[in-house]
Amino acid sequence: MPQHPDDSPEHASRRSFLQMIGITGMASGVRWSSAQAGAAHDQAHQHAARLDDTHTHVRIVVNGKPHELNVDNRTSLLDALRNELHLTGTKKGCDHGQCGACTVHVNGRRINACLSLAAMHDGDEVTTIEGLGQPGSLHPMQQAFVDHDGYQCGYCTPGQIMSAVAVLHEKWGDSDADLREAMSGNICRCGAYQNILAALKQVRRG
Amino acid sequence: MQTFAFSRANDVQQAIQAGAHASTAQQGSEVRYVAGGTTLIDLMKLEVERPNHVIDINHLPLNQVETTSDGRLKIGALVRNADLATLPEVQRNYSVLSQALLAGASGQLRNMATTGGNLLQRTRCVYFRDTHSPCNKREPGSGCPAIDGYNRNLAILGVSEHCIATNPSDMNVALTALEATIVIHGSKGERQVPINDFFLLPGDTPQRETVMEPGDLITHVLLPKPHQGARSRYLKLRDRASYEFALASAAVLVTLEGENISTARVAMGGIATRPWRSHEAEQVLTGQTPSQALFDKAAHALLADAKPQHGNAFKQELARRCLVQALTEVTA
Repeated sequence: MPQHPDDSPEHASRRSFLQMIGITGMASGVRWSSAQAGAAHDQAHQHAARLDDTHTHVRIVVNGKPHELNVDNRTSLLDALRNELHLTGTKKGCDHGQCGACTVHVNGRRINACLSLAAMHDGDEVTTIEGLGQPGSLHPMQQAFVDHDGYQCGYCTPGQIMSAVAVLHEKWGDSDADLREAMSGNICRCGAYQNILAALKQVRRG
Repeated sequence: MQTFAFSRANDVQQAIQAGAHASTAQQGSEVRYVAGGTTLIDLMKLEVERPNHVIDINHLPLNQVETTSDGRLKIGALVRNADLATLPEVQRNYSVLSQALLAGASGQLRNMATTGGNLLQRTRCVYFRDTHSPCNKREPGSGCPAIDGYNRNLAILGVSEHCIATNPSDMNVALTALEATIVIHGSKGERQVPINDFFLLPGDTPQRETVMEPGDLITHVLLPKPHQGARSRYLKLRDRASYEFALASAAVLVTLEGENISTARVAMGGIATRPWRSHEAEQVLTGQTPSQALFDKAAHALLADAKPQHGNAFKQELARRCLVQALTEVTA
């Protein structure tokens, strides 16, 4: 049986490694908004950044509010929004860019948040369904989805609405076929497509 | 997903130097550039791609489209598919490219995906994407279960006994018909590669898909001066009307002089291991009067060396109809 004396160089380096991970884990677990970002936090972050190349510091504006995050490089924008910023309106469906449930706007353009790393969005402005409108002050597209029953289970609805709002500013024709094509990146397994189309057309008419 | 270091490249040289540390630029590379991320991050989640360093190239100055002094169109590698498809110059002079781009993916994905990234898009073969399966492209020498397995979406042209994976891109088919040139910056400087030399046949090294070497970065795509009077069409056939990969697609450019076809460019997608240019079909068409019989003959010339499997034999007939229909529409 191989021996691992406690004072061996291998053991020492393993112990330091675990200590390093401990420090990193603490730092990466810290979530702060700009207002909270004090000197202690900055110091913790700098310490983590020195020790660890698995995390990235990201400044991101979400729904008009600035945030600073220290994200695991593997974190998708979708997971950062949901798990770090607790904006759970944006849904995880397939997590592979095939369903559109995670659609958000980055710098005004719709994307699949599941196929983008949070670390790629330093300096970006993100809008989620929460930033579009709230109960009592719905965005016209949210109201149109209510008016036309543009959903059944509702799981795909935030992504559908984010896509539909983006389509208003994209170059598409006016026919039903054009608008269905424009919305084809958002799958609705309940099959509410007819009503989603009606909602989109209502808002496009103004 | 495995952990990796992440850095942002501020200039092309910095990206090249970091990329040059990899042992390969092909399958299994330790260093990957990320632009749109729509292929790479998908494959990293599946652990088909396991880089230990990801370099964000989104801030390199490669997002412009310009006309060169000799009338060619120079497209930056970071130009998004949605922007390229809707650019007036592209819609006017290279319509087949716009059509192909808009036939691919979804509005969201086209806002992310870039010109350079689309060139390097990976196959949708289910065995390649499943790390529990053998795959000669992913694990050279492990075998190809697709040949005797599920191969409905796989290739009938350019195949080998080691791999029948299809190149899934629509854009690449249009760029092949347009005779695009790929501009690559690498450790030894700049080189320009005609698109027909850029993609490799699988042969006995299916893990090598392109001529890309460690440190190589696609910076631009060059399109030749537009062919005056050329008509073009991209026709894509698939299992659903939108947001689906091609089972067969055709990019055709035809110039008519009087009653006859004076020049023809034919490329097909969805049926081959790389974007498939057919000089054979073009020879059949050139100098002839358009007719269904002529288009049929061109399709037979294109498909002469087809090697169908049990699950994708239907593609011979589908590809024939696809090409005949595209040629019919473009010469109407």
